[in-house]
Amino acid sequence: MALQPKVLMFGWEFPPEISGGLGTACYGLVSGLIENGVDVTFVVPKLYGTEETDKFRLVGASDVEVNFSTSKFQRNLEKVNYMQIHSHIVPYASPQEFMDREEFDVHSISKVDSNFTSAKFKFGGRYGKSLLSEVSKYALVAMQVAQDQEFDVIHAHDWLTFPAAIMAKEVSGKPLVVHVHATEFDRSGESVNQEVYELEKKGCEAADRIICVSRLTRRILINRYGIDGAKISVVHNAVVPRPAKIYPKRNLVDKKIVTFLGRITFQKGPDYFVDAARKVLDVMPDTHFVMAGNGDMFLKCVERAAELRISNRFHFTGFLNYFETNNLLGMTDVYVMPSVSEPFGITPLEAMRTGVPVVISKQSGVAEVLKNSIKVDFWDLNALSDTIIGLLKNEKISRQLAADGTHEVNEMKWEYASLKVREIYNKTINRRRSVRN
Amino acid sequence: MKKICFYFQVHQPFRLKNYRFFDISVDNQYFDDKKNHDIMRKVAHKCYLPMNQLLLEQIQAHNGNFKVAFSISGVCIEQFELYAHDVLDSFKRLAATGCVEFIAETYGHSLSALKSPEEFKKQVAMQTAKIKEHFGQTPKTFRNTELVYNNYVGSLVHEMGYKTMITEGADHIMGWRSPNFLYNHCQHPDLKLLLKNYKLSDDIAFRFSQRSWESWPLKAETFSHWINSTPWNQEIVNLFMDYETFGEHQWEDSGIFDFMRELPNQIINHSQFDFVTPAEAAKELKPISGIDIHSTISWADAERDLTAWLGNPMQDDAFDSIYSLEYLINKIDDQKIKDDWVKLQTSDHFYYMCTKFWSDGDVHKYFSHYDSPYEAFLNYMNVLTDFEERVRNIAGVDEEYREVHPGILENFKKFLPEGVELN
Repeated sequence: MALQPKVLMFGWEFPPEISGGLGTACYGLVSGLIENGVDVTFVVPKLYGTEETDKFRLVGASDVEVNFSTSKFQRNLEKVNYMQIHSHIVPYASPQEFMDREEFDVHSISKVDSNFTSAKFKFGGRYGKSLLSEVSKYALVAMQVAQDQEFDVIHAHDWLTFPAAIMAKEVSGKPLVVHVHATEFDRSGESVNQEVYELEKKGCEAADRIICVSRLTRRILINRYGIDGAKISVVHNAVVPRPAKIYPKRNLVDKKIVTFLGRITFQKGPDYFVDAARKVLDVMPDTHFVMAGNGDMFLKCVERAAELRISNRFHFTGFLNYFETNNLLGMTDVYVMPSVSEPFGITPLEAMRTGVPVVISKQSGVAEVLKNSIKVDFWDLNALSDTIIGLLKNEKISRQLAADGTHEVNEMKWEYASLKVREIYNKTINRRRSVRN
Repeated sequence: MKKICFYFQVHQPFRLKNYRFFDISVDNQYFDDKKNHDIMRKVAHKCYLPMNQLLLEQIQAHNGNFKVAFSISGVCIEQFELYAHDVLDSFKRLAATGCVEFIAETYGHSLSALKSPEEFKKQVAMQTAKIKEHFGQTPKTFRNTELVYNNYVGSLVHEMGYKTMITEGADHIMGWRSPNFLYNHCQHPDLKLLLKNYKLSDDIAFRFSQRSWESWPLKAETFSHWINSTPWNQEIVNLFMDYETFGEHQWEDSGIFDFMRELPNQIINHSQFDFVTPAEAAKELKPISGIDIHSTISWADAERDLTAWLGNPMQDDAFDSIYSLEYLINKIDDQKIKDDWVKLQTSDHFYYMCTKFWSDGDVHKYFSHYDSPYEAFLNYMNVLTDFEERVRNIAGVDEEYREVHPGILENFKKFLPEGVELN
């Protein structure tokens, strides 16, 4: 029995080059697993050279030589070529021309003629226009990696890596654990991208075990994707222990500041924050509100604040880097996360760690675990504004919440969360073995 | 003889620098000195210096028969003092000819007339003092920022003792009437109104270099012929435009300078028109009737109304926000605050926030150094937040507290986590 399993892990980003919470969560989880003796190889589309390579075993897909000519690879292609990842079929004449194409279909590869040997793929490693094409290329690389590496279990984070994980499973016959950090319904509301939805569904169906970041996400998988609840476990995210660096307040020094920090998009409920600000300002006209981040609802929120005539108390910072984020949290009196749908939501934890009391929506996964926070329905503007006013007016309660919250968050360690994940690996591996025997 | 009256608007705003949220309370220098310097130097070379020289030569060549008028905003003169002494000197040479009238306006090129009569009058006094200081004239004619006018604004100008005022001959207020007469304020007959002939003015200011225009290329002779073809009984043609038209909006290679070099000769020697300044026109002509203007007009965009500066939520919120500080500013005596206060009122800041993206959008883009109206707005509001902080700190205004309704605290209690009590 492999008590210290070897894991082949597929992710889409890894710190410090990250665009959201996914990279941070992967970092924390892998760190925790390593601490618990788990051997992890982490594959990302592209390495930037700034990663902590001494601590982690990282593989950049763009550095992997995919060898098409071996009979083993050809056989594996035969095995997996039923799986259509991307529907764009690009006809090609020569292997060189094929390689020059950005877009291609997995089907076409098995037709490569005999003098075609090997290649490395280029990856943008971002979330750009050619995303689906990158997802396909990444899956091809995954086949090569799965052929070359020794491992006991495959672990894949979110839909971008699911095709890769499915191919790796087909090639190696090893069990697959998929990790759902967010679903298409969290990202896009009801206007889901069908292609993405299909990939998520396929990944979950192919998985031997599914890890969700909250019970909320588990329910979505059951209700919206028709996944059997019996194979879904919930492992809540944790926080990377970092000394809380609290910066001195330099801006609006003697003013109360209420902060929203995150993507300014439907899922995060920024419009509720703007409307609640108006209600708070009716009572406390000298409060300042800061909305930090970017997103497709940015301009709408700017206009809404102007319509409500609160622009001189409501500030937009745009996207903030790590230093500026800490700087902002350092001056924040109340942190608000009014998410409409949030699979987990890691930013309130960051706020709590810096000693800021938080108001979060009941519709966020993090609400399932946090004790020392105020939880309201995102749509309940009165609750939102009344709790903000209450916290601003009652320093004693604010201080108590902040102190208890900091303590609570410091106890949410990846070390513990990854123990649960290791347990899941071992069960999955054993089940697979017992089925075989 | 019939009259032709040229008035040129000379204005440059103090443009704001990129001012972020994290600059609030830390940085109280709001203006982009480098950009303002560079733009001033560029416009000086392309327009102010060559065009002033051209006008000076024409005035001298025509023995006092060629006349023009200028309105120069106070913030623009201030930038001459900072970055363009050569331009200031060339205006002084023009002033010395006796053929140039300088017009009164608000120091900050502001829309204060719409918001605060006190501030409006203060700024006019500031600007006219500046004109007197540099050009030795006390202005007799008034023009409001962007030719913004309604009966109320006219009354304010009348209260200040002006007898002549300039505004737009907008179609929707003129109806069947022609701008080519002298009019007066409907309640104050002694305030004469000169109305812009926008058709002929825009032929020079906007259409001059448009190759798609049927009259391109426009010759001074043709233009003089058009002026001469106005109906026999009409008395005056008012050509009002931005001074930057010459060499900056219409580039030198469009032939705009040659056109202006020839025009005085054509008018003086081949037409039934005389050049006059606005004050002379008001003195020599009799008003034909009063004119009643309730809804505010201006010279901007197709609508000739305020929508270039005010009307969208961002513009309105920004405009209300800055003027909400007036009562505090009047309580304190701080020169730096007063300087910033005037510069932040400049209409251009609100123009940059305009979201009208139809035909006029292009013009707006040309005049804005921001990528979008939203960016302009957010930048302005960050500056204003810092400005308000400074004003309140100096004025000693404490935080405002209002009674918290007991219901709010009752509700708050309901959401407290277990173990946390509100006493």
